[in-house]
Amino acid sequence: MTTLKVNGRDHQVDAEPDTPLLYVLRDDLKLNAAKFGCGLGQCGSCTVIVDGKAVLSCVTPLVLLEGKQVTTLEGLGNVSAPAPIQRAFIEEQAAQCGYCIAGMMMRAQALLQRVRHPTDEQIRAELGPHLCRCGTHMRIIRAVKRAAQLMDTAALAPTNQGIAR
Amino acid sequence: MNASVILDRRKVLAGGGALIVSFSLTSAFAQDQGAPAPPAPKPPGSLATAPYLDSWIRIDADNTITIFTGKAELGQGFKTAFQQIAAEELDVAFDALKVVTADTKLTANEGYTAGSNSMHNSGVAIQNAAAQVRALLIAEAAKRLAVAADDLRTENGGVIAQDGRRLSYGELVAENMLHVQAQPVSDLKDPATFKVMGQSIPRVDIPAKVTGGAAYVQDLRMPGMAHARVVRPPSYGAQLTDCDAVVIEQMPGVVKVVRDGNFLAVVAEKEFQAIRAMQALAANAKWQESARLPKQDDLPAALMALPSQDKTIFEKNDTSVSGSKTIEATYTRPYQSHGSIGPSCAVAQFVDGAMTVWSHTQGVYPDRAAIAEMLRMPAASIRLIHVEGSGCYGHNGADDAAADAALIAHALPGRPVRVQWMREQEHAWEPFGPAMVTKLKASLDNGGKVADWQFEVWSNTHSMRPGGAGAMLAAQHMAQSIKPPEPKPLPLPEGGGDRNAIPIYKFPNARVVHHFIPDMPVRISAMRALGAYHNVFSIESFMDELALLANTDPVAFRLKHLDDPRGRDVIEKAAKEFGWQRGQQAPPNRGYGFAFARYKNLAAYCAIASEVEVNRETGRARLVRAVAAVDSGQIVSPDGLTNQIEGAIVQSTSWTLYEAVTFDDTRITSIDWQTYPILRFDAVPDRIDVHIINRPGKPFLGSGETGQGPAAASLANAIANATGKRLRNLPLTRKRIKDAIDA
Repeated sequence: MTTLKVNGRDHQVDAEPDTPLLYVLRDDLKLNAAKFGCGLGQCGSCTVIVDGKAVLSCVTPLVLLEGKQVTTLEGLGNVSAPAPIQRAFIEEQAAQCGYCIAGMMMRAQALLQRVRHPTDEQIRAELGPHLCRCGTHMRIIRAVKRAAQLMDTAALAPTNQGIAR
Repeated sequence: MNASVILDRRKVLAGGGALIVSFSLTSAFAQDQGAPAPPAPKPPGSLATAPYLDSWIRIDADNTITIFTGKAELGQGFKTAFQQIAAEELDVAFDALKVVTADTKLTANEGYTAGSNSMHNSGVAIQNAAAQVRALLIAEAAKRLAVAADDLRTENGGVIAQDGRRLSYGELVAENMLHVQAQPVSDLKDPATFKVMGQSIPRVDIPAKVTGGAAYVQDLRMPGMAHARVVRPPSYGAQLTDCDAVVIEQMPGVVKVVRDGNFLAVVAEKEFQAIRAMQALAANAKWQESARLPKQDDLPAALMALPSQDKTIFEKNDTSVSGSKTIEATYTRPYQSHGSIGPSCAVAQFVDGAMTVWSHTQGVYPDRAAIAEMLRMPAASIRLIHVEGSGCYGHNGADDAAADAALIAHALPGRPVRVQWMREQEHAWEPFGPAMVTKLKASLDNGGKVADWQFEVWSNTHSMRPGGAGAMLAAQHMAQSIKPPEPKPLPLPEGGGDRNAIPIYKFPNARVVHHFIPDMPVRISAMRALGAYHNVFSIESFMDELALLANTDPVAFRLKHLDDPRGRDVIEKAAKEFGWQRGQQAPPNRGYGFAFARYKNLAAYCAIASEVEVNRETGRARLVRAVAAVDSGQIVSPDGLTNQIEGAIVQSTSWTLYEAVTFDDTRITSIDWQTYPILRFDAVPDRIDVHIINRPGKPFLGSGETGQGPAAASLANAIANATGKRLRNLPLTRKRIKDAIDA
């Protein structure tokens, strides 16, 4: 049994220590957002945040995660109370099939936690590990910029929950 | 086999006491292709083949409204568009209804969701069905309120009389009221009064996708569900000579090894256990392979050496016109991959002789027939339910994964089985977009106009979709192997390899020949735009070559040869918004390009102007900006259309600059994103502008694929403008550009 902290909660996970985090999230914890894209660390669909950094969950074994904080897209907000990054992607309609989007959003979230107002160049460079096949890139870049603005609004709001309404 | 028949959900519900007012409880008309013949002339869109209104629209007594489409949401956003169309013509709020997509138990058989046909098949059917349902509701209200129908209006889900009396649709609808055949002509709303159509309504599927909701077939979880992985052969035609299943079945969590001829799979309790077991099974399986692939280095020659069925598909002669200056050129395209980001996936469950398959297939009915053939079961015992997957852009591994899941679930009765392909399997085994060769030859008259145009295209078919179990890998690989169906050229006017091969321009003399190649050394099928991608790339590149020869501006040269006013409009719009000028000179190391096509010569019009920068040292080309103008007829969702065109430009840029399937004598060697690189964020343009020309009241034209060809040619023309060198072999790689510059 491994104790894994995901979205603020401890979970007892019964999986081999070398099981990649992705399968623990999807199979054991029944979370949808992190996606299997390649299993090779080449596409970014499986990206989650671990201790503030974007991590490719398909190539990160469970054994390395004990005592760390894992955040998935589910941990940021939900349909009725979307986080700024989620609101931004909805407002920019920044998806076609959307399969790659959860991973993109997590890396963007990690960037915005580090750099509050990234330039276009910073966003492009940061999203370098991510593939989108539908060609939604222009909207994704716009959504990340919008998220930065929404986070400012959220930070000013009296209840600083990271949820902008 | 004693296969049971899957109960119709509507019948089950009716038996349970639910009030189902609008569906016939006795006939399975919605999924029955043998429905009574519709009256002549036929009603529009897919109403022609599924004429009953309640195949499309159901209204419950509680005012719940459900729209049924036989098409599948593939990420194009049409589920939202259909909801807009229905809300508009029914006069209800957008949020007052929901849309059910392709499901063999619930929706009409609309074949495949492909060819940019969804809007003019299903969208038109829904629009007309909704208008006719609204008319029926008004007629019923007129009867009940004892007033003339003309004195009634509809608003927000109710029929309202002049004296203010109101009856909701739910109150008005009575059993079987909507179980009537559609009329050929509907009283459609005046586009000037549209409230919902024409608005950029946010897509209904996006919120779940950006919050981790269950949005994809990959996210399906069922009680007792097992995870399976397939061990695919290492190469086409490989024969499994030996494998040790016993040792694999002793691995942790492994439920079963399924072997049927050359079909090999493993089922486990947990997903990663299945992957582990798959890897171990792949390592101990022995295969006999044969070298049967063509030489990649000389692919065009290898293709053209194959026997072909040659057909002149267009000919025009005017002996009074002859050319003085003649040029010719050959253009080639390699095999290219759909490259879905999410490998194909399906869930299947075999219970009491009935099979249910959840799949991201583009065609639930054809897939059901193919799986029925594979499993030797009656189709009525199989239910195919479409659930969204990763974008497919044509026939990827979706149908194969559905067949895999069905074959494995068949061997494990009772348990739902989820299969997802590995990245390497998707890349190696998906049916690729076919390689193609085009040869063009044209002459200019003394006035600088095309006097004579010759176009020849060599290509495989562009669809090996099921149609038959043999189209699916599992059925090919099983012991009682089913052979792939005979390939056929797809009929014009839409065409396959010859899609968009006939020029839209007016040339006094022209000849177009389609060399259809039946032999398929590499597994191929439909990929977004089919032959139109390469044919438009060829035609529009060659138009630029001719414009250069004529010493004419490329935009002016196109307009000189084009009568179609809507085509002229998109060309002029794109040129104007781009800032295109005759005699323009791009800054150093930059180039401007232009291209135009009407998809299939009958769907949406699209013109694209591009600016590229080329690094002369490395040969790297980057699209800097693109400006598109599109005429897709009546617009339903401007932002939805814009999203499609933006995506088309970026995806086509990736195909055009980077992409080629690679192989040695025996195996496909482009098996991941390292060996099959696609566009990444560092190559994304600075901006893309899409300008829509709305045509209120005109038919929907379908626009999911219209951008692929023009984007490619526009880019190629801009590279030629920047470098002074014409590249004719796709992809236009850094090395090819560098070599051309250095030559």
